[in-house]
Amino acid sequence: MAWKRKHLLTIRELEPDEIRLILDTADSMKEIASREIKKVPTLRGKTLINLFYEPSTRTRTSFEIAGKWLSADVVNVSTTVSSVTKGESLIDTGKTLQAMRPDVVVIRHPVPGAPKILADRLEASIINAGDGAHEHPTQALLDLMTIRERLGRLQGLTVAIVGDISHSRVARSGIQAMRKAGMEVRVAGPATLLPRHPEQLGAQVTTDMETAIADADVIMMLRIQSERQGPTLLPSLREYSRLFGLTVERVKRAKEGVLIMHPGPLNRGIEIAPEVADGPYSLILDQVTNGVAIRMALLYLLTGGQAAEG
Amino acid sequence: MKVIEKAQIMDAAAIQRSLTRVSHEIIEKNKGTADLVLIGLRSRGVDIARRLSQRLKEIDGGNVPVGALDITLYRDDLGKGGPQPTVRKTEIPFSIDKKKVILVDDVLYTGRTTRAALDGLMDLGRPRLIQLAVLVDRGHRELPIRADYVGKNVPTSKTEQVQVMLQEEDGVDRVVIMEATEDDR
Repeated sequence: MAWKRKHLLTIRELEPDEIRLILDTADSMKEIASREIKKVPTLRGKTLINLFYEPSTRTRTSFEIAGKWLSADVVNVSTTVSSVTKGESLIDTGKTLQAMRPDVVVIRHPVPGAPKILADRLEASIINAGDGAHEHPTQALLDLMTIRERLGRLQGLTVAIVGDISHSRVARSGIQAMRKAGMEVRVAGPATLLPRHPEQLGAQVTTDMETAIADADVIMMLRIQSERQGPTLLPSLREYSRLFGLTVERVKRAKEGVLIMHPGPLNRGIEIAPEVADGPYSLILDQVTNGVAIRMALLYLLTGGQAAEG
Repeated sequence: MKVIEKAQIMDAAAIQRSLTRVSHEIIEKNKGTADLVLIGLRSRGVDIARRLSQRLKEIDGGNVPVGALDITLYRDDLGKGGPQPTVRKTEIPFSIDKKKVILVDDVLYTGRTTRAALDGLMDLGRPRLIQLAVLVDRGHRELPIRADYVGKNVPTSKTEQVQVMLQEEDGVDRVVIMEATEDDR
């Protein structure tokens, strides 16, 4: 099939075939990381602007490297040191950047829908790198790639996602992507951190961690999103960690060969024990490596022939 | 606008014989198989490269490793309209430094694919030399590129297409000329 989209804003709008195409393309891109000369000329002369309104280590560096390995010119705009501090609006910032003729703008923003605001107004292709608690499509895609790479398939697998589901764009994108790939999803967390209408997620919902992770093929731990919560949702981090932390003992009781994942950054000792994060079942660093491949694949697909005309 | 088969120019036996002859030419020109590697261009070039490697082993006894190169990311026509090609994986599990690389493709036409392959190879290492083996040379070069080994020279016109079918991919060995015609309705 051929890629037809100009933007990558949500997992929600993607068809399973499109997800498969992204994963297959990313598999081919991954080989470039193992070369001595990590460069291909494909996006030579194209300009990529990373517009990040929130802090990021993984995502931003990953997009920057992905662009550079494809020979694109990459510019990072970090709003904390930009004219946004002087009160410039999102739309004005977008128009200003568009006047410099970028081919792709990658945006991370605390308000849901911000990427769409740019997509409707700019000529560049827009990629959503995380908009509030709404979606984080590239994270979901690299998670699928990592699971598929390790287990050889996606269909029929069971994934348990544990943590602050209600504030997690990783969970929202991830659950949708997994269901489109034919996977079964369970989510677990304290009642205060589960969404108000959990049945709409399409996942099994529980407040008991053991139930969620019992014979799951993959356990994905989420970070407590303190920057998105108010002060009253958890009695204490220690209680959270006791009830919902992924300890060595819990991993022992899980399925043999279970895969452990985490989008990062880790709160060692809170949602995940250090020994588990660094242990043999942990795919946390593979996720990061695959993030570059997925983002290279998206940059290639979005700047391709048909998409550019659309 | 339909594409129809105009003529078959090679059958299975003809393909066999030309690959055998090309294998002998490779050994003759390189004085043996030492330091040779075969790099096929995805995807039918890879099948041909494997067949050549097999024959080289039968004739000379040497093991000539085979790699697969995907040149999609090096093409000069991306983003210029038309459907976007699928990127496949480059798999060359050995070093090409100081090796005699024989690039293998099914059809040589404008030469732009070969140009892309040369760029791709240079990013992967520094071969001692690079030679080009093709099953069919159909003329109409747009770049100063030529093949060292040719299975068959086939003069064609620009409205024609040359389609190579191989057992490994298409279930049958044959080479045909296709032409696009106007629908007569």
